[in-house]
Amino acid sequence: MLNYLLGRLGQALLILAITFTAAFLLLQALPGDAILIKFMNPELGLTADQIADIRASYGADRPIWEQYAHTLGNFLTGNFGYSIQAGVPVRDRLLVSLPPTFQLAGLGFLAAAILAVAIAVLSTAFAWSWLRTVVQSIPSLFISLPVFWLGIMLIQLFSFQLNLVSVISPGPVERLVLPVLTLAIPISAPLAQILIRNIDAVLAQPFVAVARAKGASRQWVLWKHVARNAVLPTLTIAGVLFGELLAGAVVTEAVFGLNGLGSLTYKAVDSHDTGVLQAIVVISAATFVIINLIVDLLYPVFDPRLGARPGAST
Amino acid sequence: MTDTTAPILQRTDGAVAGNRPWRTRLRRLQPGLALAWLVVAVVLAWSIAPDLFTSYSPVDGVAGQQLRPPGAEHWLGTDGLGRDLYARIVHGARHSLTGAVVAVTVGLLLGTTLGLIAGARGGWLDAAVMRLVDTLLAIPSLLLSLSIIVLLGFGTINVAVAVGVVSVARFARLARSEVVRVRRSEYVEAAFGSGGSFIAVLWRHILPNSLTSVIALAALQFGSAILALSTLGFLGYGAPPPTPEWGLLIAEGRNYLSRAWWLTAAPGVVVVVAVLAADRISTSIGRTEP
Amino acid sequence: MSARHSERSEESPANSVPLLEIDDLAVAYKVGDAEHRVVRGISFHVDPGEVVALVGESGSGKTTTAQAVLGLLAGNGRVHGGAIRLKGTDIAAWSQRRLDRVRGAVISLIPQDPGSSLNPVRTIGAQLAEILQIHRWGDRRAIQARVLELLTRVGLTPAELRAGQYPHELSGGMRQRVLIAIAVALKPDLIVADEPTSALDVTVQRRILDLIDELRRENGTSVLLVTHDLGVAADRADRLVVLRDGAIQEQGPVRDILVGPKSAYTRQLLADAPSLQTARHRTAAATTEAAIVVESLTHDYPVGGSRARFRAVDDMSFRVLRGTTHAIVGESGSGKTTTARAVAGFLKPTSGRVVIEGIDMTTLRGEALRQFRRKIQLVYQNPFGSLDPRQSIAEIIAEPLLNFEPINRTERARKVRDMMGRVGLPESFLTRRPQALSGGQRQRVAIARALVLDPRVLVLDEAVSALDVTVQAQILALLDELQQALGLTYLFISHDLALVRQIADTVSVMHGGRQVDAGPVATVFENPDSSFTRELIDAIPGKRMPVAA
Repeated sequence: MLNYLLGRLGQALLILAITFTAAFLLLQALPGDAILIKFMNPELGLTADQIADIRASYGADRPIWEQYAHTLGNFLTGNFGYSIQAGVPVRDRLLVSLPPTFQLAGLGFLAAAILAVAIAVLSTAFAWSWLRTVVQSIPSLFISLPVFWLGIMLIQLFSFQLNLVSVISPGPVERLVLPVLTLAIPISAPLAQILIRNIDAVLAQPFVAVARAKGASRQWVLWKHVARNAVLPTLTIAGVLFGELLAGAVVTEAVFGLNGLGSLTYKAVDSHDTGVLQAIVVISAATFVIINLIVDLLYPVFDPRLGARPGAST
Repeated sequence: MTDTTAPILQRTDGAVAGNRPWRTRLRRLQPGLALAWLVVAVVLAWSIAPDLFTSYSPVDGVAGQQLRPPGAEHWLGTDGLGRDLYARIVHGARHSLTGAVVAVTVGLLLGTTLGLIAGARGGWLDAAVMRLVDTLLAIPSLLLSLSIIVLLGFGTINVAVAVGVVSVARFARLARSEVVRVRRSEYVEAAFGSGGSFIAVLWRHILPNSLTSVIALAALQFGSAILALSTLGFLGYGAPPPTPEWGLLIAEGRNYLSRAWWLTAAPGVVVVVAVLAADRISTSIGRTEP
Repeated sequence: MSARHSERSEESPANSVPLLEIDDLAVAYKVGDAEHRVVRGISFHVDPGEVVALVGESGSGKTTTAQAVLGLLAGNGRVHGGAIRLKGTDIAAWSQRRLDRVRGAVISLIPQDPGSSLNPVRTIGAQLAEILQIHRWGDRRAIQARVLELLTRVGLTPAELRAGQYPHELSGGMRQRVLIAIAVALKPDLIVADEPTSALDVTVQRRILDLIDELRRENGTSVLLVTHDLGVAADRADRLVVLRDGAIQEQGPVRDILVGPKSAYTRQLLADAPSLQTARHRTAAATTEAAIVVESLTHDYPVGGSRARFRAVDDMSFRVLRGTTHAIVGESGSGKTTTARAVAGFLKPTSGRVVIEGIDMTTLRGEALRQFRRKIQLVYQNPFGSLDPRQSIAEIIAEPLLNFEPINRTERARKVRDMMGRVGLPESFLTRRPQALSGGQRQRVAIARALVLDPRVLVLDEAVSALDVTVQAQILALLDELQQALGLTYLFISHDLALVRQIADTVSVMHGGRQVDAGPVATVFENPDSSFTRELIDAIPGKRMPVAA
């Protein structure tokens, strides 16, 4: 067990190291130098020497491995460098941008989970009828919706056609309703698909027939036997779901004009502010890796088969 | 635990139907599948010969025809500059389709090659490739494509390449797991047992049997690519205006949200229908597998 | 399930109602728009305290009938005719809700596969308690006490410990005991036992069947025993119902059917069931030259990442004379398959020698090993897995030729056609894919592929175990004929002692990786050295019945 833990931890660290290195090499060492973009602007009228001085002050003239070691050291101590475009520490900008995005993502996930469970439960309710086919194709439709378009359509419907949600100066809750819905609908699709698939797979298991033969009703079987076995595997996509959630939140912010990680990212992309991008990429990869690590460590707690000693299962 | 073999966010659901006889499945699928192929055919025709489908110009507006709602003259209405929306969508098909083809080609070639090598060779090479894939998967897809766009610059093809690179990890992982699955099968061992060399067995058994699901994934990724391209186009990283790229059309329509609903609704519906068609076709490929 | 069926009334008193009466039952599955009729109007009954065996091969409708009795047909299945009368009341049209009160309390189930019939994430105590909770048997404490009592009764002790364990912590036989405890928990009138032991080793099978027998007698329960194994049915049932293609071929008291089967199909079944045959020891071959010599074969598998190793085969030695059949028998985990794979050259043993036709295979590598594969071929247990689903039958059989023989296309096609004829496959199969063939036909294809290179030795790894008895008999006859004609040497791996007794010249009995008995079949079966072999022989079903003609 200890070997397994250490192995998983090592793997996680390795992925982070590769991510950091790749992000550093691609964003910092390759073309698109943010300093040049900002200061070569003819209106500033800086001479080549002055620009070189500025570059030196950012450490951009040093050998690449030195920059690498320097940046790595900074990242490890929680210092993500300076945003060249804004002239403030990246950490400060992240501290402002992350909370609203995490709030949106968190609420979106909650809504998505509820939606997914509702779809899955509905699909088991109509066993063997055309309604089931309809319900089961909902996830396919949901996942085919472009997030940004969905957001626009929701605004169109609820704000302009139905006048339910005000576009001008909405309240704090009102302002979040449509973004959360926009985010939740596509995210619920993979969850619902996995749930439906797992429920079908578990229902086909002989132990379900045994439970029915005990005299258990369909409802009893669903709650006592199917639910846990079907929900457990969805844990394994938690990491990927986080990535989708973050990407979805970033796009949703763009549609609804919300401030957060999205606007920070777009500004960084437009101005080649690589320090900011690098920090965002590394932090989201780290979150992904940590989520997966937690899932891996928690899984044996929920599934007794994995807590067993190797070889005991035969 | 995270080492699930199938692509995780797959849009289709082949496993549920897996134990029904294939003939039945095929019959039940027919109408939807035919419709899906029809959609693909129409979009393909749009992109090859857009002028056959519309006589309006996609870029030049007609004065006095601004913001006309859908009707007999302008099927899908006109935009703020008096341009026919239907014409813009038809002409835009070429951009979306080209982008999707480039993206899928990049992902398919790079990813499948990596996966095949990793799965067939095993050992340290496998471990190295899979760690690389894990890393690609660890970065949220949108952030990864934005990072690549920063590197390559804006534009249709660059965005398409970025979307393709994001899908490399999926292709690699699927190809590898398929190769590993097929390699473990008894018929591959039997082929070695009847004296087959490594190359012969790879060619006769491992490749044909692993590629079906890879092709199904390619069809699926085709839809995903259209989706991702339209998102990046909407955010303004794709082709510049007045290119009639689908995502850009929706972005432009946003300014007329209160006055012209069709400007956002119509291109969006086209995107959704195209993505659903790719999804349907992918499912059918996955399901006809023996 | 007594062997002494005669003491009970074989014709029930006319005034009493049978416990279960199936009257002209018809069941169909809806596949697409078509209805598949699986059970076509069958009638039989089960009297109180009686054991009735439903016997048939795959596709006979026996399991469907059992599911219909429980009201648990698959979602696309439907009873579309006839009646299922439980103590005189027709329950065929009852709603699921009404049936829920009957299931578990009046009729219960012992399922086929103990491996997947228990919920993996709940303790066995909880799963046993569940049936009591559903039927509101008593309060929490009473249920707990009853659970421990039941576990003890089925031999799972200490019960307190067992109740807290998860299914994966128990062996197959122990899981089946849990399922039996569930089935008898509410002392039902009828137990439907659907192939209750077909997934278990023969010695475990015997103990499980004995347990069911004891409990049944204790409570006076009737049993509807669904089985493909005539030997098991003969040992345990009072009456037999022989099914084929959803129709009853014959039914009656066990003894009557075994001694004087009326239908041709039953006669065929009886003739093909190895366990019901008298021993047919083969005469020893005239040659003294060995085709296979295995010396001190030992193989270790690494265990779960650590440095620990598991010894799968321990110091195994045997010789097989040219043109004879040597069998390796043992239960699951005995090391027989590892031995077979080492002999076939798919596995480098940790130590020891495997000499095939004078060449030590363990020293061969690369091209030399590839060339040597012409001499020895392996036929797998699962004809579904060992054929590439994308190849046509012609391509499958031709493939070994492509690997070795630089012959032209027409010559190759001729060889393939010859081979197809040899194994009894029609030429029309040439262009078909494996999934269009039945299990027996696929196994013929696998044999054709193995023989097309004209090998000297064939390793048959449970090659007929997945087949129905009648098909199995046909394949065995084919193998016998090929051996005579081509002078082949067979290494036959099997768990089925009855089968081995029929077809092998010499035998090795394996247990826990070791060879516990070896020698000519007659010697080993009549005078086994080890107590394990004796136990195995005693556990062969079909012993306690009058010998068929």
